Amino acid sequence: MKYSSKLIADAVSEFQKLPGIGEKTALRLVLHLLKQDKQKVAYFSEAVNRMRSEIKFCTRCQNVSDHELCDICGNNMRDQTQICLVESIRDIIAIENTNTYRGTYHVIGGVISPIDGVGPDQLNIPGLLERVQAGGIKEVIMALSPTIEGDTTIFYISRKLKDYDVQITSIARGVSFGGELEYTDELTLGRSIATRLPYENASIKSS
Amino acid sequence: MFLRSIHLTNYKNHADRSLAFSRRINCFIGANGMGKTNILDAIHYIALTKSYFSSTDQQNIRIGADFMRLTGDVSIQGHDYRIVSRQQVGKRKDFSINDLPYRKMSDHVGRMPVVMIAPDDGVLISGSSEERRKFLDNTLSQTDHEYLEHLVLYNKYLDQRNALLKSMNNGGRHDTVLLESYDEQLVRYGESVYRRRRQALSDLEPLFAHYHRLVSLEREQTSFSYDSTLNDTPLAEQLRDNLPKQILLERTTAGPHRDDIAFMLGDTRLKRFGSQGQQKSFLIALKLAQYHYIRAHKSFHPFLLIDDIFDKIDGERSRQLVQLLSGEDFGQIFITDTDEKHITDELGTGAGLFDIYRIP
Repeated sequence: MKYSSKLIADAVSEFQKLPGIGEKTALRLVLHLLKQDKQKVAYFSEAVNRMRSEIKFCTRCQNVSDHELCDICGNNMRDQTQICLVESIRDIIAIENTNTYRGTYHVIGGVISPIDGVGPDQLNIPGLLERVQAGGIKEVIMALSPTIEGDTTIFYISRKLKDYDVQITSIARGVSFGGELEYTDELTLGRSIATRLPYENASIKSS
Repeated sequence: MFLRSIHLTNYKNHADRSLAFSRRINCFIGANGMGKTNILDAIHYIALTKSYFSSTDQQNIRIGADFMRLTGDVSIQGHDYRIVSRQQVGKRKDFSINDLPYRKMSDHVGRMPVVMIAPDDGVLISGSSEERRKFLDNTLSQTDHEYLEHLVLYNKYLDQRNALLKSMNNGGRHDTVLLESYDEQLVRYGESVYRRRRQALSDLEPLFAHYHRLVSLEREQTSFSYDSTLNDTPLAEQLRDNLPKQILLERTTAGPHRDDIAFMLGDTRLKRFGSQGQQKSFLIALKLAQYHYIRAHKSFHPFLLIDDIFDKIDGERSRQLVQLLSGEDFGQIFITDTDEKHITDELGTGAGLFDIYRIP
């Protein structure tokens, strides 16, 4: 598209770099900002700017944080003996929204995939080992994607942790809540049958 | 199992064509280039969610058209199914059964088993080991869903392990724990693939011997020899012991991805000798054995597709073949030939067993 102002063109091309934003959406956003008060737009860019430059990553779990320790690691009400291992910050947000987990997290930043050039050294696995070595951890919960890469990562980390007195668990995999058996794919359904649970445990317990 | 009808829209050279079929033998007659084989291919597509001949789905769309659609009405053990597949240029195809789209194409594989006999089957004898593995994979995938699953997982783990070997050879860290993670999974799925292939081959062998005698009119002893790196040594041991060599080569040197089958006629490998005619009857017998292997597992008849049926076989053998196919051991069959007289001579017109479709 052609714009009569290079300022508009620059702004559009910046918005377009965001995920899920095409040129038309970018233009719509830019024109919307153009209609706003200058002060409002300044707040907007200031918020974005400060978010990026002042954000901290929790020194313990790598979650986003405003302080050295994030609100979860620094909270004595949370069970500091439990670590839930996740790929990214988004997974923390998803699990937090369930309101069922009271332990801490550890973000490793991805999964092992040599094809994509991601080995254990590219992930925050040493940080996890340090936390376990330091003692006081009773359980590590693996909450990684149920893919080949996720499984490899779980296997790898559990091997690294095998000499420590720590319980390793994995989130359950199977038929989704509210789903119908008939439409569940065979792989998932087969696993659900193979790893079935005693009935008392199947209902959701509050922790 | 019975394919009642098929509708092709922009599939290969067919702009728009409907065909209704008989329960037994359906013959497509027409000059070369008219699209007989493409109709067989469309049936193959309905059965296995892909063309037998094209390597990509995009190649199935008629030149100049921007989409293709295939519809097939199939009856399986008293139940009717409508299969619809649509594909637009540059997009992923969708494939549905009774209006329910498949999430994974592999879920359809095996529901409508099919065996194809084509002139290019010769690669099974003359081609690389990959062709023979494909034959086994095709057979097993249609009868054993878990096999297909394990094979896919095996190949994915293998790709990751090879990438790791490559990075280790190029200065990356020798991470034995990570390597062991892959080895454990490769052993788990690789041994499963191996066991199932071995069993399938030993089940195919007597069926093959039976049909080889009938088709070739020869008495020579036939057998399969399964050449696998797993025959003598467990996979776990081989993965561990040859590690330096594997790092140097940047690939995994043992496992079912290296399997081969040797086809034996008497004491000799068929690859080295054998006339065109001998090879042809060998290949037909192999495919008929595959057909009956699948039939035994499914307890109903697969579709049998035969492209250019009288290619490279002499009069006596073709009469023998036709007699065999008209027998009760077979279900619905689709064949192509260029010469109608050829077919009527061999099949006889009065039998009421077959229908002829002239293409175009």
